[in-house]
Amino acid sequence: MIFQFEKDGIPVVLDVNSGAVHIVDKIIYDILEYYPQGMRDAKVHKDSILEALKEQYPIEDLNAALEELDQLIEEEQLFTKAVKRGGNFEHVIKALCLHIAHDCNIRCKYCFASQGNFKGENLLMNFDTGAKALDYLIENSGNRRNLEVDFFGGEPLLNFQVVKDLVDYGKNKAMEWNKNIRFTITTNGTLLDEEKMDYINENMENIVLSIDGNKETNDRMRYTVNNKGTYDLILPKIKRMVEKRGNKPYYVRGTFTNFNKDFAKDVIHLAEQGFSNISVEPVVAPKDEDYALGVEDLAEINEQYDILEKEYFKKIGTKEEFEFFHFKMNLKKNPCQEKRALGCGAGVEYVSITPEGEIYPCHQFAGNQDFKMGSIWDKQNLDSEIRNNFRNASVENKKECRNCWAKYYCSGGCHANAYHENGSLLEPYDLGCEMEKKRIQSSIIIEAKKKLESD
Amino acid sequence: MTFITTLVRGTTTKDENIAGCGECQTSCQSACKTSCTVGNQDCENPNR
Repeated sequence: MIFQFEKDGIPVVLDVNSGAVHIVDKIIYDILEYYPQGMRDAKVHKDSILEALKEQYPIEDLNAALEELDQLIEEEQLFTKAVKRGGNFEHVIKALCLHIAHDCNIRCKYCFASQGNFKGENLLMNFDTGAKALDYLIENSGNRRNLEVDFFGGEPLLNFQVVKDLVDYGKNKAMEWNKNIRFTITTNGTLLDEEKMDYINENMENIVLSIDGNKETNDRMRYTVNNKGTYDLILPKIKRMVEKRGNKPYYVRGTFTNFNKDFAKDVIHLAEQGFSNISVEPVVAPKDEDYALGVEDLAEINEQYDILEKEYFKKIGTKEEFEFFHFKMNLKKNPCQEKRALGCGAGVEYVSITPEGEIYPCHQFAGNQDFKMGSIWDKQNLDSEIRNNFRNASVENKKECRNCWAKYYCSGGCHANAYHENGSLLEPYDLGCEMEKKRIQSSIIIEAKKKLESD
Repeated sequence: MTFITTLVRGTTTKDENIAGCGECQTSCQSACKTSCTVGNQDCENPNR
């Protein structure tokens, strides 16, 4: 299966199964239009291709181009068969989202966690529960060495002493078991002070700092309990945090909604504030909310990605260069087939733990009793039916994904988005798919332009 | 090649045996928390 597209005058061919990406001349692009999908040996069609294109291109060029295509096919870089998965079906857990606080000190209109409490009580996780969760992670991690723990909420800084105690506990325990836990934290930034910043910089592999964009955009959706905007409160703190962070990874992370479909300006605004790692992502919301995005917004959203792509490319190599999470693509060492087919691992190797110690497939399912997989306080194994449902929600088993060229970049998309939109893990969220395809094309074109400029 | 510049070489069938070590980052933990983008994940298998 191949996919061809042309953007900014650059024709590109993707070999979907292998992940190969080729920048091609128009002659190749035009020839490939005559290759049936999945065709590995097009010899029989060569005469008809020559006949069809002889007015457009010299015969010798057509023959040379056909030879190059044969060579790519021979090298398993075009029309490849699907690579089999590694088949690593061990029941291991390698990543936790630790809901350290089901409470929040600010109010965000679009909060999927219902202002932090996930539709339950306002609760902080105590140390014993957190320690038990870390035990659970380490003891169920099999032969995985690299483990991850994200302190999440609500607002995790509301419970910072427990965060610190758990980092100490986790590090000691990891050493005993020869594991490497990468701690990360997701925060709205309002409670950051010098001491917390230093601690986070020393102990957290990554920090995600929430801000939506410029003041107008941010304050429309993210406000204090007294209905005041949070932009002026957040910005100096996260600037200081990033300044102190040096070269360690971080992301400023915003959400765009129906109210700022012109979100390219918000990304650019964040870049202008000196942030070099930015992620601004579409809101996921019930359709009837006024801030929700719909398929009717797609053209406008795509236009914004185009604007952003141009701005992003323009800044490469300058002092204002920035990273945009959704344009980032590791093309040199693309993920293995296991990863490409199953993606995030929610409910399989990644789970979230609530302050009470309940286990859910991920933070977006927390509190939904239909998805409760167990408790860290029980000796029982995780609910096998739920786990199997998540394990089976791979691109191979989703009808919409099977013939989609983008399937191995998004690996079937977010399970929570699929479920919340369609009530099924197996039916992807269509607007999410379309936006993802747009972003993948932008990412590839950015890399193609870099390559063409460097050659 | 005259007409083709390969930007990324694909994973071939020969690579399949060393795939799936599971040491890489969980994609959702990195920044998004709402979307799944595995294309930007770093493979951490030193043998690939």
